[in-house]
Amino acid sequence: MNSETLNTLDSYSKNKYKYGFVTEIDDEKPKKGLNEETIKFISLKKNEPEWMLEWRLKAYSKWKKMKEPKWANLSFPEIDYQDIYYYSAPKGFEKKPKDLSEVDPKLIETYNKLGIPLEEQKVLAGVAVDVVFDSVSVATTYKGELEKLGIIFCSIGEAIQKHPDLIKKYLGSVIPPGDHSFSALNSAVFTDGSFVYIPEGVKCPMELSTYFRINAENTGQFERTLIIADKGSYVSYLEGCTAPKRDDNQLHAANVELIALEGAEIKYSTVQNWYPGDEDGKGGIYNFVTKRGLCAGKNSKISWTQVETGSAITWKYPSCILKGDNSIGEFYSVAITNNFQQADTGTKMTHIGKNTKSKIISKGISLGKSQNTYRGEVSFLRKADKARNYTQCDSLLVGNQCGAHTVPYIDSKNNTAVIEHEASTSKINEDQLYYCRQRGLSHEEAVSLIVNGFCKQVLQELPMEFAVEAQKLVSISLEGSVG
Amino acid sequence: MFLEIKDLSVKIENKNILKSLNLNINKGEVHAIMGPNGSGKSTLANVLAGKEDYEILNGRINFKDNDLFDLNIEERAQEGMFLAFQYPVEIPGVNITPFLHSAVNSKRKRMNEEEIDNLSFAKLLKSKASDLGINIDMLKRSVNTGFSGGEKKRYEILQMSILNPDLAILDETDSGLDIDALKIVTDGVNKLKTKENSFLIITHYQKLLDYIKPDYVHVMVNGSIVKSGGSEIAAEIEKDGFQKFQ
Repeated sequence: MNSETLNTLDSYSKNKYKYGFVTEIDDEKPKKGLNEETIKFISLKKNEPEWMLEWRLKAYSKWKKMKEPKWANLSFPEIDYQDIYYYSAPKGFEKKPKDLSEVDPKLIETYNKLGIPLEEQKVLAGVAVDVVFDSVSVATTYKGELEKLGIIFCSIGEAIQKHPDLIKKYLGSVIPPGDHSFSALNSAVFTDGSFVYIPEGVKCPMELSTYFRINAENTGQFERTLIIADKGSYVSYLEGCTAPKRDDNQLHAANVELIALEGAEIKYSTVQNWYPGDEDGKGGIYNFVTKRGLCAGKNSKISWTQVETGSAITWKYPSCILKGDNSIGEFYSVAITNNFQQADTGTKMTHIGKNTKSKIISKGISLGKSQNTYRGEVSFLRKADKARNYTQCDSLLVGNQCGAHTVPYIDSKNNTAVIEHEASTSKINEDQLYYCRQRGLSHEEAVSLIVNGFCKQVLQELPMEFAVEAQKLVSISLEGSVG
Repeated sequence: MFLEIKDLSVKIENKNILKSLNLNINKGEVHAIMGPNGSGKSTLANVLAGKEDYEILNGRINFKDNDLFDLNIEERAQEGMFLAFQYPVEIPGVNITPFLHSAVNSKRKRMNEEEIDNLSFAKLLKSKASDLGINIDMLKRSVNTGFSGGEKKRYEILQMSILNPDLAILDETDSGLDIDALKIVTDGVNKLKTKENSFLIITHYQKLLDYIKPDYVHVMVNGSIVKSGGSEIAAEIEKDGFQKFQ
C-alpha cells in the first residue's frame, strides 16, 4: 500500500461514508406504489413507443403472480412494494438536456462532489461516462468520439427511441422478464441505465462507465443495462454507485444483460458502494441485482469483476451462459461486509458449448456482525464436451461475531467435464499483524494491507483507473472494525 | 543508558519464563545472548518488541529515555527497534516494495522527517538489495511468500538495512542457514554496524559469532542471565555445551 492510500485512510476515518450527502433539488414523482398507472406514468415520462409499454405491462402481470426468491442466506423485513416511489426525476427532465448548460447546476455540483466531473474540459481522461441520477440519465461524455467508430453509448431510454431494432431483439433475451420476481419487477418499472453497442471488429478505445446515484427518499432505483458486443469486438465497462445516508432502507433492483457474439469480449467491472447503513444496522440499500451474460458466439468471452463494499443487503450473482463453443466466462469478486451488512453473492456458470471454460475467484471478507455468503452454481449440459471450471473461494474473518459461508453447487451431465474447486476460510492472522506492526505500521494499516493482499487476485482484474479507487475503498470499509 | 532491562519477570499462560533478568546495552555495542532451547531467549526478544501475549510481572525496561511499556509495538519500531524474526511470516498478495515503503515512511513521520517518494525509495531499495547480494527479482514478490528459509532471513536483513534501526534484535537468525547465506546475513550486519547503533544477537550456536564479533556474550539459562563476559564464553560453550551453566 502506498502512502497516498494511507493518507486517504486517515482522511476517511473522520467521515466513513463520504458520499452520504443529499442534493436538495425539486423532483417529480408519481404516487407511491406499484400498479398499471405507475407503469404508464413511467412510460409516458420516457415518451416510449406503445410496444415498450406493452412489454412492461406483460412483465408486471408476471410479477404479480410471483414470490421473491428465497434461497439466499439473508434476513430482512418484508419489502412493501406499495410504499416505494418508482420514478423520481429532477424537474425539467421530460427531455434529456442537450448539453450541460441545460442541466441544473446543483446536479453538476453533486457529481463534482462525487469526483465525477461532467464538464467537457474536466472529464476523466480515457473514460466515457453516463451518469444516472435517480431515474434519469443526466449526461454522457465522449459521445461524439465514440460515434465516429460506430459505437453506441447512450441511456437505455434514448436507445429505445433511436435503436428500437436492437432493443426489440436483445432486451430480455438473456434475462427473461419472468425469470424471477426481481427481474419481472425491473422489466416492469425500469427507468434508466446504459445501452452499449460495439460494431463488428471494433475494439472500444476507452473504458465505458456508468455512475449511478440514488438521491430521492423512499425511491427505488431500477436500472437496466444492455451491452451488445458484435463479432470480434471488445469493450471494457465499469459501473459505480453511491447513495445518501438515510434511516430507511431503499430498494435497488437492477438488471444487466450482456451479449457477446462470435469472438467478442466484454469485460464488466463493478465498484458497488451504496450506502451500507450505520453501525447499528439502520438504513442502507437493499441491492437485488440480476446480471447475466450470454457468450452467444464461438470464442467469445465475458468477464465479471466486482468489488462489493456497500449496501445493507447484497443479493447478486453475475452469471455467464457459455453457449458458443470455446467460449470463456470469468467471475472475480471481492465482497466486504461490516457492521450488520449481509451479502449473498456469487455466480452461475452454465456450460452449453464444447470446450467452454469458466473461472471463479471469490474473496469474502467479514467484519463486525456481518454475514457473508458465497453462492455459486456450475453446470455442464450434455453437449458441453471437455468443458472446464476452476473455482476458488476464500473467506477471511476479522473478529469473532461475523460469519462466512460457502455454498457451491455443481451439476454435470457430461462426463468429460473437468471441475476444480478450492476453498479456504481463515481468520486474520495475529502473526501477520505483529510482523507488520513490528515494522512500524499501525494496527489499522496492517489490517488494511493484509486484506488488500488477500483481495489482490481480484483487484488486479480491474481497469487501472479504478484499481487504486477500489483499493482505497477496501481500506475504508475496514474502518472502525479493528482495534 | 541506551537500553536498560531491570529485574524483568515475565510469564505466559501461567508459566514463568523470564526471572529477574538484568541487561544493559550501550550505544555502539554488540551483545550476544546464548542459551539452550527453552531458556527464554525468544521471549526476551518478543517482550522487547512488544508482542502482546506476555504478562509482565515485575521490572522495567528503558529504551532511549522512554519507558518501553508506554509504547505499543509500532511505536517501538518507529523509535528504532527492529526484530529480525526467527520465523518470518508469509503475507500473500502484499508486495515487498510498497510494504517496506510504508514502513519507512511511518518511521519518518514519527521523527518529523519528510516522507520518501516512490521513485527515491525504489532506488534505495535496489541499491541496498544489490549490496546484500539479493536478486532484484525478489523485490517483485509478496512478503516472505514462497521464500526458502535462507531467502526469508536475507530479506529480514534487507529490511533491517533499509529501516536502519538504533537497536536491532536478531532472533536465531542463523538457524537454518547454510554457510553462504550465513555470510550474506552477517556481512549485512557488519556493514550496518556503527558507533550509533546497537545489536542484540540471540543464538543457539557459536557459529554466527565467528562472523560477527560481539563485545559481550551472555549466557541465559532458565529465564535469567547466569554469566556475562567476552567472546571467550562463546568458545567455552562450543567446547562444553550449556551443561555447566545449568
